[in-house]
Amino acid sequence: MAAPAPALPRGSQAVFEGKMLNYKGNWKGSVVSSVLEPVLFLAAMGISLGTLVDQGGRLNQGVDYLVFLAPGLLAATAMQTATFESTYPIMGALKWHKTFEGILSTPVKVRDLVTGHLLFILFRLVTTLAVFLAVMGAFGALELPLGLLALPAAVLTGLAFAAPVAAFAAWVQNDAGFAALLRFGIVPMFLFSGTFFPVDQLPGVLQPVAYATPLWHGVSLTRGLALGDLDGSVALINVTCLVALVGLGVWLARRQFAQRLVI
Amino acid sequence: MIEPASLTQDAAVDNRDAFEVGPGVEELVWARGLRKTFGDFTAVDGIDISVRRGEAFGFLGPNGAGKSSTMRMIGAVSPATEGRLRILGRDPVTDGPAIRARLGVVPQTDNLDQELTVRENLLIYGRYFGIPRAQIRARAAELLDFVQLTERADDLVEPLSGGMKRRLTIARSLINEPEMLLLDEPTTGLDPQARHALWDRLFRLKQRGVTLVLTTHYMDEAEQLCDRLVVMDKGRIAAEGSPAELIGTYSTREVLELRFPAGENEAHAGGLADLADRIEVLPDRLLLYTDDGDAAATAVVERGLHPASVLVRRSSLEDVFLRLTGRSLVD
Ligand SMILES: Nc1ncnc2c1ncn2[C@@H]1O[C@H](COP(=O)(O)OP(=O)(O)OP(=O)(O)O)[C@@H](O)[C@H]1O
Ligand SMILES: [Mg+2]
Repeated sequence: MAAPAPALPRGSQAVFEGKMLNYKGNWKGSVVSSVLEPVLFLAAMGISLGTLVDQGGRLNQGVDYLVFLAPGLLAATAMQTATFESTYPIMGALKWHKTFEGILSTPVKVRDLVTGHLLFILFRLVTTLAVFLAVMGAFGALELPLGLLALPAAVLTGLAFAAPVAAFAAWVQNDAGFAALLRFGIVPMFLFSGTFFPVDQLPGVLQPVAYATPLWHGVSLTRGLALGDLDGSVALINVTCLVALVGLGVWLARRQFAQRLVI
Repeated sequence: MIEPASLTQDAAVDNRDAFEVGPGVEELVWARGLRKTFGDFTAVDGIDISVRRGEAFGFLGPNGAGKSSTMRMIGAVSPATEGRLRILGRDPVTDGPAIRARLGVVPQTDNLDQELTVRENLLIYGRYFGIPRAQIRARAAELLDFVQLTERADDLVEPLSGGMKRRLTIARSLINEPEMLLLDEPTTGLDPQARHALWDRLFRLKQRGVTLVLTTHYMDEAEQLCDRLVVMDKGRIAAEGSPAELIGTYSTREVLELRFPAGENEAHAGGLADLADRIEVLPDRLLLYTDDGDAAATAVVERGLHPASVLVRRSSLEDVFLRLTGRSLVD
């Protein structure tokens, strides 16, 4: 990752370093899974299912199913990575091990905790998604060089989850809240927000719901860039919504962290 | 009997307040009318504290007295609900990070990073203070030596014993070479040997000029470590002074402890009242406060009474606490 901007407060850098020190202990496992998962998914879904879908010819974008699916999965992976890093690790540091409490006894401020945490997720997203992108390339599902822009789009998608979910993790009292988040948020989005098939194939009443989900905005933007058929005005809406979610999430997370930690 | 609470706080405080507008330069903690509430519940109920540079200052009190709540306010992590507070001469509301940069904190419950090694815990903690890595490395090595954890430096924290974790927490609190160390029940849960080893380390820090503020519900710890202490109960300060002053003011030189068979203690109290300045009736024994315990013991026997056990001892802070609050410190 590039060196952090000089304006960055020292506290958030230290928090980022702390997360990296923890990560150092299990990066090998995480690298293996971040390579293996896209390979398996693209192979299973793209090739096998894709053969059926392509024969049926129901896909209106006029591309191979694999090529259609891959950027969707890229965005969905961003969502999953960010959600995971913003749930259990936050609750652990806040409630179980109280490491946040220890950090706040130093000059580090609550906002540094939030920023440092998001910097770490940024690092996780960039590395995981870069690997994913490389696998896409190997499957021939990436237009070069324009398709590389799918990376920042997917990273933005991830951050749009990382920040609000961090606020959520500091709001719920125990990890039962995470099960609900997965069941009623993450999994339905994964299935119905355009990752596997275009939203306009959903029943009419469900379409507005799907278009309103953050993952759809992420998938739409990422896929538009990967396939090179970006619609400028839709993309602008996508970016605006995702950026707004990051901003809202950061604001909520700071507030919620302070409510739990500064008492 | 004089009502002890009125003896101490209110009158004295009002007097001082008339001409005291802020902390003196050598007052590292200065609090006036400090309060902390959680919803409707008042945990700290308007206390005044002054801790001077270089001293060891203690909060002695039972569970729920408000010791930790006070320590967290002094640590500039928990905002006061009311009152004036200056730490190291600064206002924690506006200068929190600058204050925390010069404090060391040992919380009541260890909050080490269990997934890191002993050494890594020190290295990363130093980074939170913005100390350069090379400097932290050198300091970490010294500190591990100081708390005798050098051999475990590269082990994970999780499997360490409670005493080792406590020592590591103390080492961690020293990584920024603090001017003042806040220790919330530093030795609770440690065996006697580990406690004495810790006291020894704290003595050495004090000799180096580090100001110590600690809480405890062990009176021996308070007597051993503290130059000055406050007895805290139900969010208020019941008395203040050096251990010897407190014992001198609130207790007699000696205490005669009598144990009668269960249920009889209460009944004997009336007949012995004239032998002592004061009598406390506890469920399992009578405490006779007198300057000459042996004489009182002889008199008890002369009255034809035969307690199951008779013990003469010197007064302790436990007796001070009993006198001030009507309750035992450790239940
Ligand atoms: N965050 C909180 N929310 C609500 N009540 C609290 C909170 N923290 C402390 N209290 C209450 O305030 C009172 C004082 O607590 P505190 O932890 O300061 O006591 P203490 O003297 O440190 O006790 P102990 O010896 O058990 O550590 C207790 O009744 C406690 O339940
Ligand atoms: Mg406490």
